[in-house]
Amino acid sequence: MIVCENLRITFNKGTVMETKALCGLDLTVPKGQFVSVIGSNGSGKSTAQNAIAGELPLDEGRIIVNDIDISKWPAPKRAGLVARVFQDPLAGSCENLTIEENMSLAYMRGRRRGLGRSVPKSARDEFREKLSRLGLGLENRLGDLMGLLSGGQRQAVSLLMASLQPSSVLMLDEHTSALDPRIAAFVMELTRDIVAENNLTAIMVTHSMRQALDYGERTVMLHGGRVVLDVSGTEREGLGVPDLIQMFERTHGEELSDDSLLLG
Amino acid sequence: MSLIAFLGAIELGFIYGLVALGIFISFRILDFPDLTVDGSFPLGAAVSAALIVAGWDPYLSTMIAITAGCTAGLITAWLNVKMKILNLLASILTMIALYSINLRIMGRPNVALITEETILTPFTDLADMLEIRSYILMPIVFFIFAVIVKYALDWFLASQVGLAMRATGANSKMARANGIFDGRMILLGMAMANGLVAFAGALFAQSQGSADVTMGVGVIVIGLASVIGGEALLTPRTITRATLACILGSIVYWLAVSLALNADFIGLEAQDLKLVTAILVALALILPGSRFAKFIRKGVKS
Repeated sequence: MIVCENLRITFNKGTVMETKALCGLDLTVPKGQFVSVIGSNGSGKSTAQNAIAGELPLDEGRIIVNDIDISKWPAPKRAGLVARVFQDPLAGSCENLTIEENMSLAYMRGRRRGLGRSVPKSARDEFREKLSRLGLGLENRLGDLMGLLSGGQRQAVSLLMASLQPSSVLMLDEHTSALDPRIAAFVMELTRDIVAENNLTAIMVTHSMRQALDYGERTVMLHGGRVVLDVSGTEREGLGVPDLIQMFERTHGEELSDDSLLLG
Repeated sequence: MSLIAFLGAIELGFIYGLVALGIFISFRILDFPDLTVDGSFPLGAAVSAALIVAGWDPYLSTMIAITAGCTAGLITAWLNVKMKILNLLASILTMIALYSINLRIMGRPNVALITEETILTPFTDLADMLEIRSYILMPIVFFIFAVIVKYALDWFLASQVGLAMRATGANSKMARANGIFDGRMILLGMAMANGLVAFAGALFAQSQGSADVTMGVGVIVIGLASVIGGEALLTPRTITRATLACILGSIVYWLAVSLALNADFIGLEAQDLKLVTAILVALALILPGSRFAKFIRKGVKS
């Protein structure tokens, strides 16, 4: 369970470049819920994720995970509670390390690292088993460098990595937007399965309204750094992209201008 | 080239192989362009020489010299990680400060060690006992030092902490997202790198019989030449091969320098060492493939 209370972040405060990225964002996600987050460019989607992960300091507000206030924790400390998959397939893994070394890094997330061997034998069997479910043949390539894999393969492995250790919140930051449609669909199905199997609390940011409605059980729209729309349950069922746009315009009295939101 | 010159080059190759391993940690593992080494190499020499002359145990003196090097690396890393100073600039600040500190430690520009007992004395005694020249035994001694350090480093880099350090240099955001305190990794790695370089400086002073405040000039260039030269020779795919390449590169570098200085027809002398160094590095930059060039540009950019 994660509670975000009145998150506020302003970039370049007091200069002509001043940008209010988050303006009092409130969001509560109960344990086991899969939320999709949409919003146009500059709505604060990525800023919110970076704030939750600890990459950006908050000006105001609190982030509470499992009743622990983590607002002041540095990013590596939060990693024990928060797992991430990035938009850029290159960002979520190290291309100069092997597949098993990358998985090993994620395997130790939230645990104490010592002078034990980097890839324990027992872990290697687990990695092989997890990789085999992808059906990409990667289970036989544990010693290959990550850089040899395609973007889609890397993203699939990143997703597995994020689920190697239990986490209180899984954050997916437009993790299929850099992939071609077929691979993107594959990664989305994998996401759905992994979230369901591990009963994860997940926050998925996406650029595509279609994707936002198709996956998860709740959809939240951000605009101007706060939540402007929050649909779930029966209200969300059968909702189409045009309905979502209409709802946005009705609640906000503003026309949605970003075409990219309509795509997909 | 005479046998003495050849073995001397091999000996220097192994000593500077430790420098190359240190630079491998900072430049390659951490992606941290670190010029501190130009100060930590003479720091190791100065500390060990000053303590040995003052009557301290040579082993303890060398240990303290290594600790001093680690501290120098920590200061550079601290300036970068905690004080947010650009990594290259942070290392230059420490390097320039160390010049004064080294003079303070020695009290004068150079300290002679010829008559003192050093950690190498048992080996020269051994050579006497076996009735062989010490210049034949010394390369073997330094070979053993280099091999021990290489395997220790390989072992460390294959550990969980070692892997975390490699991830920090390769992709720090990903490292943080996986619970790695990247700042701590930079502090640890820089301490290790400069501790190694100070160790090499201490060995160099004890092997050459003196410590000199100017002996650090260009250490970074020599170390880089060794790291990249070795990579060109071995194309390392694994860490164990990469560390081997560092030592091999260092030996090839010193053999090349020795050849250049000993070829009478060229007319070069010992004072031309830095010039030869610069020319060798320039050649490596110009030569086909020019991995060196890409590396240097990348290093300066970051």
